[in-house]
Amino acid sequence: MKKKSIIPGFGLSFGITITILSVIVILPMCSLVVFASKLSFSEFLYTISRPRIMSGYFVSISTAFFASLINAVMGLVLAWVLVRYEFPGKRFLDGIIELPFALPTAVAGISLTHMTTTNGCVGKIFYDLFGIRIAYTRLGITIALIFIGIPFVVRSIQPVLEKIDLQYEEAAYILGADRKTTFRKVIFPEILPALISGFTLAFARCIGEYGSVVFIAGNTPYETEIVPLLIMAELQEFDYSAATSIALVMLFIAFVILSVNAIIQSRVSRRVSGIS
Amino acid sequence: MKKRITAILLTGILTVSSLSACGTDVASANAADAEKKEAIELTNVSYDPTRELYAAYNQVFEAYYEENFGQKITVTQSHGGSGKQALEVANGLEADVVTLALEGDVQVVADAGLIEDGFTSEFDLDSSPYTSTIVFLVRSGNPKSIYDWDDLIREDVGVITPNPKTSGGAMWNYLAAWYYFEQQGQSEEEILASIRKLYGNVVVLDSGARGATTSFVENKQGDVLLAWENEAFLSLKEYPGEYEIVVPSVSILCQPTVAVVDEVAKKHGTEAAAKEYLSYLYSEAAQEIEAQNFYRPSNKEVYNKYVFSAESNTITEVPADGKWINDNITLTNIEHFGGWAEARAKHFADGANFDQIYEQ
Amino acid sequence: MEIRKDSGIMKWILIGISFLFLGVFLLLPLFYIIATAFRDGIGGYLVAVTDEYAIKAALLTLKATLISVLINTFFGLAAAWCLTKFAFKGKKILSTFIDLPVTVSPIIAGLIYVLTFGRQGILYKYLDPYGIQIIFAVPGIVLATIFVTFPFISRELIPVLTAQGTDEEEAAALMGAKTFTIFRKVTLPHIKWALLYGVVLCTARAMGEFGAVSVLSGHLRGKTNTLPLYIELLYQGYDFTGAFAASSILVIMAIIILILRLLLQNKGKREV
Repeated sequence: MKKKSIIPGFGLSFGITITILSVIVILPMCSLVVFASKLSFSEFLYTISRPRIMSGYFVSISTAFFASLINAVMGLVLAWVLVRYEFPGKRFLDGIIELPFALPTAVAGISLTHMTTTNGCVGKIFYDLFGIRIAYTRLGITIALIFIGIPFVVRSIQPVLEKIDLQYEEAAYILGADRKTTFRKVIFPEILPALISGFTLAFARCIGEYGSVVFIAGNTPYETEIVPLLIMAELQEFDYSAATSIALVMLFIAFVILSVNAIIQSRVSRRVSGIS
Repeated sequence: MKKRITAILLTGILTVSSLSACGTDVASANAADAEKKEAIELTNVSYDPTRELYAAYNQVFEAYYEENFGQKITVTQSHGGSGKQALEVANGLEADVVTLALEGDVQVVADAGLIEDGFTSEFDLDSSPYTSTIVFLVRSGNPKSIYDWDDLIREDVGVITPNPKTSGGAMWNYLAAWYYFEQQGQSEEEILASIRKLYGNVVVLDSGARGATTSFVENKQGDVLLAWENEAFLSLKEYPGEYEIVVPSVSILCQPTVAVVDEVAKKHGTEAAAKEYLSYLYSEAAQEIEAQNFYRPSNKEVYNKYVFSAESNTITEVPADGKWINDNITLTNIEHFGGWAEARAKHFADGANFDQIYEQ
Repeated sequence: MEIRKDSGIMKWILIGISFLFLGVFLLLPLFYIIATAFRDGIGGYLVAVTDEYAIKAALLTLKATLISVLINTFFGLAAAWCLTKFAFKGKKILSTFIDLPVTVSPIIAGLIYVLTFGRQGILYKYLDPYGIQIIFAVPGIVLATIFVTFPFISRELIPVLTAQGTDEEEAAALMGAKTFTIFRKVTLPHIKWALLYGVVLCTARAMGEFGAVSVLSGHLRGKTNTLPLYIELLYQGYDFTGAFAASSILVIMAIIILILRLLLQNKGKREV
């Protein structure tokens, strides 16, 4: 609050933000810490570093990473196509992006599983032709996560792309830059922060996904067992401290991912992120 | 600066009050309840497969109660995974009665201080008005010739069963298998090796019983599903001609436990009605409904009406005469394992037998 | 404008990839759901969707969605304005905390409210004497829904607002305009479409939320069962077709919202 802005309304907007944030997010999360702290520190370390749990982290993080990577690339393509091109069916394409959100994740999981088992309409083709199993493998988990994450990247890039002033591009073009260079040097830096932020959001969301993955994963320990399932298992044992400890680790991972994002945002472009 | 702080505080107060507006929603709903006091409301928190059973039973009970006590009564149902439901009641879900899959889950509610001690002796037969058991569901014609538990550890057999660590019901499956190998005279180490082989054959370890049935029935995974008898019969009814039930030589008596949640019932003033609701489950009319929903009734007369003399252990269709209970089976029960607390500690706790199966 | 035209082959390749990707990953599963919903014919479908409890569940879902979207819009506008128009310490942390809920596993999201408001929770003994029940009642469902959709609106607004800068607002403020006048006349026209995107995203996600709500609802039939929970109930009760029929209600509700957005956008474009 060093330099006072001339724009009014700081107190009002800051007050609303902090209050709602505290009631909805910060206060409840404190309970998590309270319950996890019932374990001593060495018990806590043991609980979160058992081999079974470690392999859970690995499965959750690796599948979420690949799914978000694919979504980042496809999200960029989709946003580009939707903003820059006119073609039949564009409205339709634009309209259905959010549909995966509206479906309960469990329904998505059940349908995807049914389609991709070795007897399912898609899974059969892959199994017969290439010998690839989709459902009940990590590949299946990745596919479910792609489905969950589609809207994040597209909807992050789209508004920014729409806002980019065509004049810059035209200037670059007139100055003799070809299309590739124009994209790399002019457009890409503008949308990069949005791309990264969409990617990290999708990534962090996918790590914690439960409903859709639990059906397609097969849940074989050490192979396709995800962390949220392990938390559920601890709850089933009525072991609150263990469950909250693992939950705390997940929360920490999400927090790190988001902080990395915030740092990148301010590095890549002070102007676009606005968070300096 | 001062002005700014006042503004922050003011908006803070405003937002909190607007948020709490949704809280008062419920308070006013409670007031509305108080006005029409003449109708008693009961909440029955149960587990997943009992949906049809209690839909039918509640109708009968509501009519019975109005006739005999001159008072209207409505029952609200809640269904979900048994362990999860128990946790929710322990955490404040206001259930007047619980009808859960196993005694251990009711114990969780009791441990939270909501049910008085001795709930297993409050009603007859350990407070389980109906029982079930674990059987095999195989594909039509039994192509892999699966007849008993030792067939499940053959290398060419794919097994579907849920994860006992996330599905309470699946603990019965595990314990039934354990009992079989024990009956074969195996030492504890040998039993563990057999169980390891069995779970090595598990194709999909679903998180719940219904998920396992979907994997087997809809997604066509595996060769045999370990299922509750009542669920196996439902599959037989739903997909005639596609599946067969195989009754193994031994299995376990699954005793779903019912109890009045004393604290909540006291608060609601529904103790008498709640007690009546559960004891009526033992009446002949209720026992008939239970048998029709493929739960084994505890009333001997009703039980005998549904028993058939079995020649083979395979059931290929829901019997037309309604006699579906196969009596030719040796059943152990949870007492054999020293009760739920001991069985949990030995087999299902973190690092216990079930976890060891998967140690590499 | 020529840049947009001369894309040639590249344009059609990209469009083709987009259709293929969405077709495989999005439309195929949707088609499967609709096909399963009608597996037992249209009669079975109608029976399933007109069930008394299905309608009650749909209404509850609508109610929870509406309240959540309203609160989140209010919050999103305030947070985005606060984060982009002013410089202050702790901004990065604040923005990270706002994003956190969407990345929290739904299971954990439900769990934290149970631990806060449940019988073993910290606030239970203060609320219970007044008969205020948060979890296993409608307020809990609303809270969980707000939580999982928390950053959606501010997320959409922040990039647009930062790209736009603060010059115009400063000019308006110098000319003596009041806060709400600046907001309405200067800021709002810029963020109109981003806000619309945010609201649609938020609505869609709020309707479909399952995990967190499932932990908090108590599943009381006809009282606290939302549509996604009702779907699970049918599924668990061996009613595969009914479950998918109920899912199709959600798909239809989402499609209606998406059409509404298209109509609004068209109207907006004509005005420009």
